[in-house]
Amino acid sequence: MAELTYRDALNQALAEEMARDPRVFVMGEEVARYNGAYKVTQGLLDKFGSARVVDAPISELGFAGLGVGAAMMGLRPVIEMMTWNFAILAMDQIVNNAAKIRHMSGGQLRCPIVVRGPNGAGGRLSSQHSQALEANYAHFPGLIVLAPGTPADAKGLLKAAIRSDSPVVFMEAELLYGLKGEVPDGEHVVPIGKADFKRRGDDVTIITWSRMVSAVVQPAAAELEAAGIHADVIDLRSIKPMDEAAVRESVAKTNRVVIVEEGWGYAGFGGHVADFIQRECFDSLDAPVLRVHGHDVNMGYAANLERLTLPSVQRVVAAVNQVLYR
Amino acid sequence: MPIAVQLPALSPTMKEGRITRWLKKEGDRVSAGTAIAECETDKSNLEIEVYDDGVLLKLLVAEGAFAPVGSTIAWVGKPGEPIPETAPPAVTAPTPAAPPPPQPVAAPRPAPVATPIAAPAPVASAGRVRASPLAKRIAEAEGIDLSTITGSGPAGRVVKRDVEGAASRPAAKPARRAVAGVRPPPDTLPVSGMRRVIAQRLTEVKPGVPHFYLTVDVEMDQALALREEAKAQELKVSVNDILVKATAAAVRAFPRINQVFAGESIQQLHTVDVGVAVAIEDGLITPVVRDADQKGVAEIAEEIRELAERAKKKALRPEEYSGGSITVSNLGMFGIDSFIAVLNPPQAAILAVGKVEPKVVVRNDAMVIRKMMSVTLSGDHRVIDGAVGAQFLQILKGLLEHPLRLVL
Repeated sequence: MAELTYRDALNQALAEEMARDPRVFVMGEEVARYNGAYKVTQGLLDKFGSARVVDAPISELGFAGLGVGAAMMGLRPVIEMMTWNFAILAMDQIVNNAAKIRHMSGGQLRCPIVVRGPNGAGGRLSSQHSQALEANYAHFPGLIVLAPGTPADAKGLLKAAIRSDSPVVFMEAELLYGLKGEVPDGEHVVPIGKADFKRRGDDVTIITWSRMVSAVVQPAAAELEAAGIHADVIDLRSIKPMDEAAVRESVAKTNRVVIVEEGWGYAGFGGHVADFIQRECFDSLDAPVLRVHGHDVNMGYAANLERLTLPSVQRVVAAVNQVLYR
Repeated sequence: MPIAVQLPALSPTMKEGRITRWLKKEGDRVSAGTAIAECETDKSNLEIEVYDDGVLLKLLVAEGAFAPVGSTIAWVGKPGEPIPETAPPAVTAPTPAAPPPPQPVAAPRPAPVATPIAAPAPVASAGRVRASPLAKRIAEAEGIDLSTITGSGPAGRVVKRDVEGAASRPAAKPARRAVAGVRPPPDTLPVSGMRRVIAQRLTEVKPGVPHFYLTVDVEMDQALALREEAKAQELKVSVNDILVKATAAAVRAFPRINQVFAGESIQQLHTVDVGVAVAIEDGLITPVVRDADQKGVAEIAEEIRELAERAKKKALRPEEYSGGSITVSNLGMFGIDSFIAVLNPPQAAILAVGKVEPKVVVRNDAMVIRKMMSVTLSGDHRVIDGAVGAQFLQILKGLLEHPLRLVL
């Protein structure tokens, strides 16, 4: 166990998987000679050579397609998108080929590709580069969507993603790369579809994922704890498939739910979570399920506007008080 | 989209409220929890809070005016937001549908099919109760009538803590143990929406006190054996004395029968006082054996004898023949098989008892002779339903058929 940054945890996962499996290779903009736009691929070129750490031109659709083809032919590509905002250009390859080829080939072809990169706000990157897009990908059958919120989960889930035979959309966060945490050495694989309880409590369930775990929900839960409110904090980690059993278990205990997501509320992933809860946990509910999410506007460049747009500790505390009828 | 502020039910019996004073005016900014008005209800003066943030767009009720529970009294929204032209209709307790006007008929109509009044068709809900799914589930499990609970959530929503509070209230608990020498006062229970509709509709059919009747045959062999045993001990005990004791014990065991309809409320009695109908010259009177559940059969026998004697001399004080939980009217000594008694108000139950007579009955598929007695309960349907009366009679029958239970 070592204390690593989220960035180094990802790097460790990549290096370990590349060493373990010669089919694994990394491709993306600036991943090789520049060691990655966010230094996630630091040192990989030196270690594994230019055949397995490949700099791609600024052509997201093109190199995503190369990755899909390589995966179909038996390799295990890890495609780095400089951000998920840029991956919008590659969306056709991800949703129309990666997600569908197993179905359309009648199971003859598989697409064990990982497309990874930062998602969500990065700090004053304005409207085009601050989007949290997990709901878009979770929408498509055939894709696995992961969004780890801690260094340990970043490593464990990236290893699980690389070993998965299904295409994986792997969403990191620019503001998480410097986050430090204990990371198990070596073989640490976090199962896909398993949530993590960050805190146990009986009063309210707070469901979240990715950067919201450490940036908003954990500080909010600590503040609530000081006020005598004990929150069950679920870090989903896996957006699709979602750990329904963990949600069910928690809601049966607390009877109240707040869902926190960075992205927009309208048709956001939290809406799916709320739908699941009202269907499966209806008789356990003592209050309507509330959501805290990014406001339904394009992100302002100004720091104060960005702060107001994103979920905050105060908004989470207020929502918890509301579901508790306090 | 502006949000309607509706007049909440601030007490279980509240149907309307008077806005005595607006604490905020149109255009004022409000947030969840802001008190916007003072409201006078049937019980007290309370403040009305809003549950949303925004600006008070419109106040719909003049100060001093009444508004029904559930009606929109104000709108909250964003500044300048238009309020809907047609406000949602006020939610009021639905009145029972008027019977359809009689159709002119040429041919004689078939006789209407009689419907037993003791098992009425489900009565329409007297108004929607807002409750969380969890609160509904708890209420069902605990047998709590949600309409009797004041919700503490938004718009009076009944939530978990409200039903849990109700479940732990002593009044909602069955069978309060009697303490010798202590006569606890009755609890006042609210009349639930459903009860109110039952009472209203049945009083339309049977004006005054709407009676219903349940009859059960009781095997009295063991009770008679007990009387013989008492006689051998030189204790003068009649069948009627045993019956009064059994009735009191059954009421204590099943307090749901020990309720009195009082118009706007229901009184849950905690004392068991049994009236005994006594025929006197040109009339009858029902002296009451107080705390009959706490007295032995011999003591009850002695008291009834004494009360009956003074009744015949018309020497009873009013407090000796008023109140009470239930009355026992026995015409067995006149050779009556069974009969139906009229309730002795405000009591909600009376037992009409016939003679004890050997009869051929079937036990274990064989004809045997048993000493049988018929007991008919008349109930005040405003407060007691058929099923409640039936459960009470089952308990009473069990006690009379196994009178040892009266002392165990």
